[in-house]
Amino acid sequence: MGTIILQASGLNIGNLFGSFPAGIAQGIIWGIMALGLYITFRLLDFADLTVDGTFSTGGAVTVMLLLAGWNPWLAMLVAVGAGLISGCITGLLHTRLGIPAILSGILTQLSLYSINLAIMDMKANTAVSASKTTLAITSRSIPSAILTGVIIAAVLIAAMYWYFGTEQGSAIRATGSNPEMSKAQGIDINRMKVLGLALSNGLVALSGGIMAQFQGFADVGMGRGAIVIGLAAVIIGEVLGDALLAKKLNFAGRLAFVVIGGIVYYLVIVIVLWMKLNPNLLKLFTSIIVAVFLAVPYLRAESKASFKKAGRNAVRRQKEADHD
Amino acid sequence: MTDMLVLKNIHKTFNPGTINEKKALINLNLVMEEGDFLTVIGGNGAGKSTMLNAVAGVWPVDEGSITIAGTDVTGLPDYKRASLIGRVFQDPMTGTAASMQLEENLALASRRGKKRGLAWQISKEEREHYREELKTLDLGLEDRLTAKVGLLSGGQRQAVTLLMASLQKPKLLLLDEHTAALDPKTAKKVLDLTEKIVSRNNLTAMMVTHNMRDAIAYGNRLIMMYEGQIIFDIRGEEKKNLTVEELLRKFEDVSGEEFADEKSLLSK
Ligand SMILES: Nc1ncnc2c1ncn2[C@@H]1O[C@H](COP(=O)(O)OP(=O)(O)OP(=O)(O)O)[C@@H](O)[C@H]1O
Ligand SMILES: [Mg+2]
Repeated sequence: MGTIILQASGLNIGNLFGSFPAGIAQGIIWGIMALGLYITFRLLDFADLTVDGTFSTGGAVTVMLLLAGWNPWLAMLVAVGAGLISGCITGLLHTRLGIPAILSGILTQLSLYSINLAIMDMKANTAVSASKTTLAITSRSIPSAILTGVIIAAVLIAAMYWYFGTEQGSAIRATGSNPEMSKAQGIDINRMKVLGLALSNGLVALSGGIMAQFQGFADVGMGRGAIVIGLAAVIIGEVLGDALLAKKLNFAGRLAFVVIGGIVYYLVIVIVLWMKLNPNLLKLFTSIIVAVFLAVPYLRAESKASFKKAGRNAVRRQKEADHD
Repeated sequence: MTDMLVLKNIHKTFNPGTINEKKALINLNLVMEEGDFLTVIGGNGAGKSTMLNAVAGVWPVDEGSITIAGTDVTGLPDYKRASLIGRVFQDPMTGTAASMQLEENLALASRRGKKRGLAWQISKEEREHYREELKTLDLGLEDRLTAKVGLLSGGQRQAVTLLMASLQKPKLLLLDEHTAALDPKTAKKVLDLTEKIVSRNNLTAMMVTHNMRDAIAYGNRLIMMYEGQIIFDIRGEEKKNLTVEELLRKFEDVSGEEFADEKSLLSK
């Protein structure tokens, strides 16, 4: 069956495997972005739409500083700072001005669009060449890109494992888990939300900076849909982690699976592109994947106990009773 | 004797200036001495929870002052008062973080009112200490330190919340119908545990209940609330000798309301 499709469309399996390494490298970068998203989505229980903007901000800041002759690591550090500030702003809009979570994120994201253009001298796209500039990571050397990506991801996972195990980190997790209880334990939940959003967006900006170097340019639209891709990575990672290692996963293990989720997601994209799907349809495809993965746990629970089922059972019993 | 809680001329009106306006607390005055275990009764909507929420700082009061153990807390939000107060809520879900481990919950509670820095959230000694404390609950929880609290039953969670409220000794323990969601047997167990924890730590406590018998049996002092005010305040020997019937008659005297109507509300 598979071979028929392949032959019919004239696809070359060699091309597919040829593009896997680059796919893995990009997947790791999206996985790093997903680590950031994990903080808001899973730990803080805050759907943060800022990230679409911050991803581009990270790219824009990094590329502009590289063009100004900065060391790539220092440039990325500044990008992280820009992400921290963006996250803070979303947090303050929400906690100090009472704007709903989703809207706070959208407002910051939209304003970042203008700011990102301003950072790039009002150009939508700025290239940085690996031959003229020293980059931390580039698609010209895929093996070393993968290695660098894995090292960065490992360091971040270790740092997150440590931080969210500290008193402060556990206060952030408590805030997401039960705000009422957190206040009763003396936790300033507004401060924790701002802190969590800042850290999350700092990581997202970092991944944007890495991605810009990898692809050789920053684009004002490069973060569009980042939240959905990040979610895809988080959810695929969780499903895989549960399936393979079930309950044995600790926090670091779960984070590692988030990065693996990013890789799997991107390899699926590579396969889909190889099957000659129009790249313009990718966002549609990604949304469908995420919707399906989000829906499955709900539908599974629903199939066990739903009103419809209860209603059908009641009717059936009634009928049985009538027959007797 | 130090005064652990002083409520002076407290007023609280919800939705002022609207058709839903509700004067929930009207010129409320109350002084609790160190070691007082106060039970609070009153019909639905009498203002019992509102009084506890005012003390906890859920929202600011309109008028009056609140002093806990000599500290004027009137201008402080809840999380800034938390170092002085331990709370157990009616809903067992409210007092603990379900997605976190039992020991993590306890660690969060033992840092109530302290600065939360970059030290590891639980030390080895603490873990041993928690294990010992959990043993005293007699629920077998000492072997489940790393279990998610969401897996525990309602009664177990209330017991854990009680322990959490006392790990970092509070000046004042607030209990708002904390056994109302439990079955009678579990409720009794949690109540006895409450008494044990209060007396062992010599806590000052305020407990709202709809059960008149419990209100009489537990604590050294009893107040009855009606329409945002304290209409009855009794302590010591006099309280011990109270009967449910007497309480109901008192209520009828002061409120001038029909005995039969309120009986169902108060005695349950
Ligand atoms: N946050 C609020 N907003 C508006 N009205 C409120 C609020 N909290 C309490 N009320 C009102 O204030 C009055 C007192 O309520 P409260 O919850 O203190 O009563 P209670 O004595 O605890 O009663 P119950 O026994 O039913 O718990 C009620 O009329 C209630 O509707
Ligand atoms: Mg109440």
